[in-house]
Amino acid sequence: MRGIISVSSGALFGLGLLISGMVDTSRVQGWLDIFGDWDPTLAFVLGGAILPMAIAWNISERRRAPLAGGSFPARPAQKITTDLAIGSMIFGAGWGLAGLCPGPSFAALSFGGWEGLMFVGSMVGGMLLAVPAKHVRSAMA
Amino acid sequence: MIEPSYIYGLIGGLIIGLAGAVYLLGNGRIMGASGVIGGLVDGSGLNEWRDRLLFIVGLIAAPWLALLVLGIEGETNITSNPWVLIAAGILVGFGARLANGCTSGHGVCGISRLSLRGIAATGFYLLAGGVSVLLFKHILGVI
Repeated sequence: MRGIISVSSGALFGLGLLISGMVDTSRVQGWLDIFGDWDPTLAFVLGGAILPMAIAWNISERRRAPLAGGSFPARPAQKITTDLAIGSMIFGAGWGLAGLCPGPSFAALSFGGWEGLMFVGSMVGGMLLAVPAKHVRSAMA
Repeated sequence: MIEPSYIYGLIGGLIIGLAGAVYLLGNGRIMGASGVIGGLVDGSGLNEWRDRLLFIVGLIAAPWLALLVLGIEGETNITSNPWVLIAAGILVGFGARLANGCTSGHGVCGISRLSLRGIAATGFYLLAGGVSVLLFKHILGVI
């Protein structure tokens, strides 16, 4: 059950990213390029994605458990930490530089050539570098 | 003027949201790409390795299959500058894990839940992304 849900969700995510054009780095960079030839497409993608997701959150509040069992994720403490701010800005800088984020970089793996593979490999490296950084940050706290 | 890309964006966006809805209502998990992938990469999410791996299989296979069936080529327009690819990849991976989420987790799943953290993260990465394009495209001219 969990496996079928996981693979279906991943497949829908991949199709959505392909159809929406989010695997196209020029579209993402066009959205961020407010001083150049601005492309508003990303706003339609985000708006479209938020709608079913908001309904899903609403349903989850009225249901006791997910279909495959377990429990719904608890709302994390609504604290805007330094890690959240700095991490998001570092992420955003890279997102603008290449026009790719984690989801689309995987969705494009089958047709993104060596360039896509090189980005994903570097992203995995960055994820591994975040482990000691988080340790240092929690030791500082 | 309504461009075709807006319509495709909206339809694709609705499917992305549906994917998140299936993951939440089915498995009780938040569909965040950096979280699903990162939990496998650093071993912090190995207890659910099967769910994560199957999600990634679907994520890679569905666009591949769709393009194969339609007989069209996928287009990423990605840069061929290896230094840009390496730097951007490291920044994206590192930043998303430090912030505990990226465009899908904080953006799609966070905003739709009216999560203050999700909304704040989205503000920060949109700002940084805009500055990044301004700097690297218009000022330095490397992209």
